[in-house]
Amino acid sequence: MIFIGERINTGFKDIKQAVTDKDPAPLKEWAKKQTEAGADFLDVNLGAVSADPAVMCWMIETVQDAVDTAICIDTNKPNILAEAIKVCRPGMLINSTTAADEKLGAMMPVAAENNASIIGLVMDESGTPKNADKRVENAGKIIAKAMELGMGPDKVFLDPIVMPLKYMQEQAKEILDAVGQFGLFSDPPPHVVCGLSNVSNGTTHKGLINRIFLAMAIGRGMDAVICDVLDTDLVNAARTAELVMNQEIYADSYVRT
Amino acid sequence: MEIVDIKEKWTNQINTVTIGATPQQGGTRGSTVTVGGETTLPFLTFEGEIPHRPVIAGVVTDVVPEDWPDVLKKAIGDPINSPAEWAQKCVEEFKVDLISLKLLGCDPAGANRSPAEAAETVKAILEAVKVPLIFWGCDDEEKDNEVLPECSQAARGENCLVGSATETNYRTLGAIGTADKHKLIAEAPVDINIAKQVNILLQDAGFSLSDVVMCQVTAALGYGFDYVYTIFERVRIAGLKGDKLMALPQIANVGWEAWKVKEATQDEDILTGWGKLQFRGPMWETTSAAGYLQAGADIITLAHPQSIAITRETIDELMAN
Repeated sequence: MIFIGERINTGFKDIKQAVTDKDPAPLKEWAKKQTEAGADFLDVNLGAVSADPAVMCWMIETVQDAVDTAICIDTNKPNILAEAIKVCRPGMLINSTTAADEKLGAMMPVAAENNASIIGLVMDESGTPKNADKRVENAGKIIAKAMELGMGPDKVFLDPIVMPLKYMQEQAKEILDAVGQFGLFSDPPPHVVCGLSNVSNGTTHKGLINRIFLAMAIGRGMDAVICDVLDTDLVNAARTAELVMNQEIYADSYVRT
Repeated sequence: MEIVDIKEKWTNQINTVTIGATPQQGGTRGSTVTVGGETTLPFLTFEGEIPHRPVIAGVVTDVVPEDWPDVLKKAIGDPINSPAEWAQKCVEEFKVDLISLKLLGCDPAGANRSPAEAAETVKAILEAVKVPLIFWGCDDEEKDNEVLPECSQAARGENCLVGSATETNYRTLGAIGTADKHKLIAEAPVDINIAKQVNILLQDAGFSLSDVVMCQVTAALGYGFDYVYTIFERVRIAGLKGDKLMALPQIANVGWEAWKVKEATQDEDILTGWGKLQFRGPMWETTSAAGYLQAGADIITLAHPQSIAITRETIDELMAN
């Protein structure tokens, strides 16, 4: 399982404050904590705090100063991405493009030129699909663009776009069906990722819903997740799902305690 | 028509482990041995990197193994009675890369040598030869918990490879490895799940897996060889696919195990029609070794000089292609 730590995001108050004050300490602390918890990538999201690429670069450099973990550059603005990618160490992940032509044209070449991986949200000009078929169609567009630019399918992380279970209950099954079909695109298949927390948005039993949804998605072929990597129950549920899928070799102490 | 190579794409590299320490590194070895670092399955040099060729460790024991056949004892000659001389012969005549000392004599059911005596043997070998040293206990866990710390201390700073850490004694082994700066063998009883578990336990006890070589209780050909072969292979594939707990070099203790089975110990007076033991014995050992090399062994222990010579040629040929 590829774990992408979600915490260095100005959506969180402490990070927002730190970025506003240019205080590196909270960013470094979260970089270390998430790395120790086993994060493979650290998502870095500037959000709406600033439109200045230099601020995003400062965030990334601060994180890289603390840990060696690869960066997931979380921005939908091409001008920020263009600057941010220059300060990233190799092996970075771009979060994200969509299947909309304009977006694909702006983001994918940056990934290809920098030998970066990229998350592809399977939405297009008409918004987020309501069913599995449209998700798969959009995923196809993203994969086709990657291949056109000479990127291997393993450089693409398809994101089926997870919807809140509470408000759009009929969507979960469509999402899982789409995940199952993403694996059929190529051999090796593209990665499949999701921003997990959205599924439990507004619910009372967030942890339980996150765990079960992730386990079921792993059962359909999901192999990456943007989540709270410090949530031990969640990580252990994912590890168990991987054992069930025979992707990991069992050992008595496979869970984190 | 040109046939295109089918290449598998692996995402991870096997750890590199160096055994032995030169005077500059705090030891007294003339050279060191490095294994691991592969980014592909054994000998698939067209597919990935194999920076270090598999190495051969010559088996030496502190007392002469009673059940070894004469054909083996005679091939080693008189030095079999002196571990230091035996080790010298292994290096100078048999041309092994390192020595694998089995402290068989410490077994309470056998010669019951003391930890101090075992430590003397370790020191004598370190003085007699300049190649790196592997040493193993006698497989009696209680006794090994006394013997191995004493030997470890005697070899302090020499960066030996010490065997074996198991599911039950990993704390002791982890402690001596850290204290005396040695590498460790993590051993499991032909069980991949326990193999992974021992690695987790060692890591949780604070011992870095970058200093560990994995070992399955090695089976000779005809005695569960196929089980051990598949475990070697599965460990290597898991490691190459990204399981960091399995991305470790592996040792196959062929020389120690092969000479226990009837096919390698009984001559044609008992095994009618099986041919002369003089040829069959080393052949049995060599064939087991060749199999484990293909399965992913980075270190092979061997006892018979002929097995050592043929296995070295096998490695030469497979690495040349």
